[in-house]
Amino acid sequence: MIGTPLPPEAAVLLVPLAAAALLALLPGYRLSARINVVASALSLLAAAQLLFHRPGAGALLFVDDLNVVFILLNTLVGFTTSVFSASYIGHELEIGRLTRGYLRFYHAMYQLMMFGMNLALVANNIGLIWVAVELATLTTVLMVGIYRTHEALEAAWKYFILGSVGIALALFGTILVYLAAQPVIGEGPEAMVWTALIGRAAEFDPALLNLAFVFLLLGYGTKVGLAPLHAWLPDAHAEGPTPISAVLSGLLLNVALYALLRFKMLLAANPGAIAPGPLMVTLGLVSLVFAAFMLYRRRDIKRMFAYSSIEHMGIIVFAFGMAGPLGNFAGLLHMTMHSLTKSAIFFTVGHIAQVKGTQRIAEIRGLTESHPVLGWSLVAGVAAIAGLPPFGVFMSEFLVVSSTFARAPLLALILVFGLLIGFGALLLRVTGLAFGTPEGRTGPVRASSLPIFAHLALVLGAGLYLPPGVVAWFQNVARLLG
Amino acid sequence: MPKLYFDVAHTLAGSLVLLSFVMLYQRRLGALLNVLALHAAVLALSVAWQAHIQGAPHLYITAAIALLFKAIVVPMALRRMIVRLGIHREIETVTGIGLSMLAGIGLVALSMAVMLPVTAGADPVAREDIALALSVVLIGLLLMVTRRNAVSQVVGFMSLENGIVLAATGAQGMPLVVEISVAFSILIAFIVIGIFLFRIRERFDTVDVQALDRFRGERR
Repeated sequence: MIGTPLPPEAAVLLVPLAAAALLALLPGYRLSARINVVASALSLLAAAQLLFHRPGAGALLFVDDLNVVFILLNTLVGFTTSVFSASYIGHELEIGRLTRGYLRFYHAMYQLMMFGMNLALVANNIGLIWVAVELATLTTVLMVGIYRTHEALEAAWKYFILGSVGIALALFGTILVYLAAQPVIGEGPEAMVWTALIGRAAEFDPALLNLAFVFLLLGYGTKVGLAPLHAWLPDAHAEGPTPISAVLSGLLLNVALYALLRFKMLLAANPGAIAPGPLMVTLGLVSLVFAAFMLYRRRDIKRMFAYSSIEHMGIIVFAFGMAGPLGNFAGLLHMTMHSLTKSAIFFTVGHIAQVKGTQRIAEIRGLTESHPVLGWSLVAGVAAIAGLPPFGVFMSEFLVVSSTFARAPLLALILVFGLLIGFGALLLRVTGLAFGTPEGRTGPVRASSLPIFAHLALVLGAGLYLPPGVVAWFQNVARLLG
Repeated sequence: MPKLYFDVAHTLAGSLVLLSFVMLYQRRLGALLNVLALHAAVLALSVAWQAHIQGAPHLYITAAIALLFKAIVVPMALRRMIVRLGIHREIETVTGIGLSMLAGIGLVALSMAVMLPVTAGADPVAREDIALALSVVLIGLLLMVTRRNAVSQVVGFMSLENGIVLAATGAQGMPLVVEISVAFSILIAFIVIGIFLFRIRERFDTVDVQALDRFRGERR
């Protein structure tokens, strides 16, 4: 252990929790922002230790190859976002959009949200996963509404109601899973422990599992932002503080997806249950095509990238639905790339919106001339998210498409169609935003570009050369997912 | 288990479904809150009965939470709120009462048709409780989509949540039930505080959710 006396799986939980308590008590915002960064860095260190030190499965917590990917990604983006947040929040305080009291609340909530997400990822109990996802949802609802404007309140209320309904349906599904497990494993806590469930899933009543999965797919699917259930997502992204948009897109959607994948593995282990694949493939494709078309009508820059998140979650769910070693590998890689790229884009957009004082696309022009660093970062980020080579997203999208062509050419056609439509929309918008004569305010930026560059460098690096160690690791996880 | 155990459990669960229907045709907010309080009280009885027949004393905590928090505190808080906001007037419903009653009947039929065959292997008390609980959940959803008022949406959500607690207690020996009911209570407290603290009325001059919709940046 490098300096932590705690076991790492406990540290990823206790560090954010302790930091949340501390931040709730401390008044000064400069100090709080720093503590926020330090706590996030410590969580990241603890998560990194999980790569080398794998604790055994407990009744409440466990770590395997699958959730290590999620935890590492979660703490990494959590850390870089906290660095971005420190400079972003300073500006918000200056222009008076946020007061000191709210900032204290904001920092405490940030760590509490990290705690909730990490808990959902390391939990070995399907009930605990649910409680943790609920906690993460509640904290983000509070942060979405933090500006107290009409739009922010509406977004928070909508997110809250839709999120609560989703969460309630997911709980009903969880109860049904318990009912299926109870005759086999017996009454009591053991029948909700995931490692115990997966071991004996083959003996469960398949009909009950099928029904449970429908509820879980609708419930957690709402939180993933799948198409008919996505209504909360654009508003929540657009109206909250930008660090929260970055965390929502980069992390919270993944956490809900993780919960869904765990239950999908249960179904896959039961020979009598329906294949969960087609359901996920359908929802994924619908989200992709729908969001791709919606991209054209966006007038708000953050809403546009929120729809882009729906599009990419669609691709990821589609890839996991296609399953097989290649499909899962592509889905996992795409999820990682999307998280990194999308949070980099939101960091950039956050600074742009602060400099320009608006989020309206029509009022932002010629960024590459007025603010070269931000402008070119945006161009690079959009090129990456649109799937242009040499970025990592290109590679993962290519893998998704090519593996689909080999097995279901018809689906691949729809997939490529959706990708091209989305590609066109993003390119159309970014030319307006980045090039031409600058318009509006052209004040200097006091932005920390480090998080943006770090993320883009990672995505670019992954596109150029994926280390064999990472490939072997992801392949192993893909096998685990079946 | 004696037959009485089943009968009482089913009667209580059945009354919850019945009360959900009663909610569907309430036009006034005040009356809706009364039914909600009754709904929660019946839930508390049902949970207490389950605690008795399963010999699971921790379920009494869930029952106590349902009685104190959901049958007394929240309805009273909501009532004070609507009095202060002066919205005793009629609730506008998106669909007519008759239509939503018919939809409710359809939902109950659906949940019976779906749940009963699927749970054939499960314990009989749990089996029918779950089917009835699903009806309560679905009617709660129906209530939420047919009402436009923020307060009645909360009522819909609470009845939906009552259905889930009913299902969780019906599943014999389910762990974490108490924790989950606490988690839900926190959720509801958040909603209530949300309406109050966000002062939707103050900001929007109405608690009609359709009015909130207009503020979205892209409508105009």
